[in-house]
Amino acid sequence: MSELTLTLIKLGFLALLWMFVLAVLSVIRSDLFGAKVDSRAAAAVVPQNSRTPKPARPTKKRKGLPGSVTIADGPQAGVGATLVDEPVIIGRGSDCQIRLDDDYSSTRHARLFSSEGQWWVEDLGSTNGTYLDGQRVTRPVPAEIGGSVRIGRTTLNIAK
Amino acid sequence: MSIASTSVIQIIPRTRRGVELFLLIIAVGVSVAAYVNIGITVQDKVPASTGYYAAGIGLLALIAHLALRYRAPYADPVLLPCAVLLNGLGVAMIHRIDLGLASIAEANGRTPKAPAAPQQITWTAVGIVLFLVVILLIRDHRRLQALTYTAGLAGLVLLVLPLIPGLGVNLNGARIWIRLAGMSFQPGEFAKVCLVIFFAGYLVVKRDVLTLAGHRFLGLDLPRARDLGPILIAWGVSLGVLVFESDLGSSLLFFGLFLFLLYVSTERAGWLIIGGLLFAAGAFFAYQTFGHVHKRIQDWLDPFSIDGGQVATGLMGQAWGGVLGRGLGQGRPEITLYGQSDMIISSFAEELGLTGLIAIILVYTLIIERGLRTALGCRDIFGKLIATGLAMSFALQIFVIVGGVTGLIPLTGLATPFMALGGTSLVANWAIIALLLRISDQARRPQTPAAPVSDETIAMAVQKQ
Repeated sequence: MSELTLTLIKLGFLALLWMFVLAVLSVIRSDLFGAKVDSRAAAAVVPQNSRTPKPARPTKKRKGLPGSVTIADGPQAGVGATLVDEPVIIGRGSDCQIRLDDDYSSTRHARLFSSEGQWWVEDLGSTNGTYLDGQRVTRPVPAEIGGSVRIGRTTLNIAK
Repeated sequence: MSIASTSVIQIIPRTRRGVELFLLIIAVGVSVAAYVNIGITVQDKVPASTGYYAAGIGLLALIAHLALRYRAPYADPVLLPCAVLLNGLGVAMIHRIDLGLASIAEANGRTPKAPAAPQQITWTAVGIVLFLVVILLIRDHRRLQALTYTAGLAGLVLLVLPLIPGLGVNLNGARIWIRLAGMSFQPGEFAKVCLVIFFAGYLVVKRDVLTLAGHRFLGLDLPRARDLGPILIAWGVSLGVLVFESDLGSSLLFFGLFLFLLYVSTERAGWLIIGGLLFAAGAFFAYQTFGHVHKRIQDWLDPFSIDGGQVATGLMGQAWGGVLGRGLGQGRPEITLYGQSDMIISSFAEELGLTGLIAIILVYTLIIERGLRTALGCRDIFGKLIATGLAMSFALQIFVIVGGVTGLIPLTGLATPFMALGGTSLVANWAIIALLLRISDQARRPQTPAAPVSDETIAMAVQKQ
């Protein structure tokens, strides 16, 4: 077998190996360049106008203003407050509208307040953070019916 | 549950089984090309056994593919072809070194040892059988959560099995093998899978406590002293493996896995620092105390001080390979000690060069990436943690073995997944791929309005539609 043939075989095999890698990469290119899918599949699943799907799912939330916030589980389950105009402060302190018996919550942990025609959740600089539907609350975020707020080990549900 | 919903990823539900078949054909094609290439360069003819080899690899890949079509239609399309390619290339390289060893034996007038490649193909078949068992039996990975502590116990038992006198054997200085019915097994490979399930199940329950309690120090969230128990136990066990089984590789793997999962589930960098310090202390202690660790480090710092040491010959081979390699069948990888198992990466670097080695490492990286992607897309935390753990086990092994062979870190005896000669490792890795595919099927499946928990609810949801 001539030197040239051997070299060609060698280079050919390397090219074949890389072809596989590139084929795999082209299959998963959506991972590299975002969730761009072919138009047929996109038209079937995603609404036409949204080229870049939003991370949040606003359509799942029900309409209307929230009317109450209630502790969902644990010994304090059922304790809550109604949401009318006045802001509701949640925490361990005695001046809170909802007093939590939770070692992982701060004295004044979070508050719900009404502004611009809707309710908002705001973290009051707590140690362990406030989570709305799993997202850490760093600035006031809109509170909607069906949302759940986690403070320390306590979960509160926002309902009508 | 912060992990669960911060990482919502838009996955368009498509089965993509056709793409998988296409990639599988290329993967089998590359493996067969390697086999033929070796035959042409070493024996100057297309080997007669090509047909058997191609049929064997192709059939096994096809069976696995059909099982996915039947039972996990939405599974990731990339994992199986990557695993098949690595397995096929591994068998081809083992066959190539068989030929090399045979010619050395012939030149010295000795009878050559039995070839290892057929054995590896048999183990591949066993691996595919286990793959089928996992895909067909485990319909929903969440069922495994009920087995959390059983898996933990099984993992520990598998870990200590080699220490039982009469069952465990000392091989190459490490006591990680057991001999049963005339065959050797490495129970640690399966212990890995069991422990990942245990860690995942345990952390799902405990992660809230481990995340929330603690104090801030120098901008880091450090855990409370009483929450240090689990990490200390994991550290102790992995140190025990090191002391009693003399196995640096698996010791590193187990502790690394636990640390990664702890970090991923709590999102706290403090654990990494504590773990890193514990690891450094353990490593220093091992270096001071144990002869074999000391020797490994010496071999790493000055590989050429030992004449014909495996790191030294491996490095020579890689240097000779250069950028484009010698070409399959044209190097001398058989000279390197354990060229078929521990040092197989260096054998590939010698014959395929840096270009080929990068391609191989990329294929591993793709498997790891798909594993982590599965974890991101998965809807339950248990599944996320298992997928992360399994992907990280590949990542750690590849890092440790490639780093060791190339002289970046001391060489430890971890098996190169799918490629290295060794039945247990191959079979266990096929089980891992099956588990990842099972979880990815769940993650990529079109979402039913409320995530169904049991078969009954799935059946009800189907009836409603």
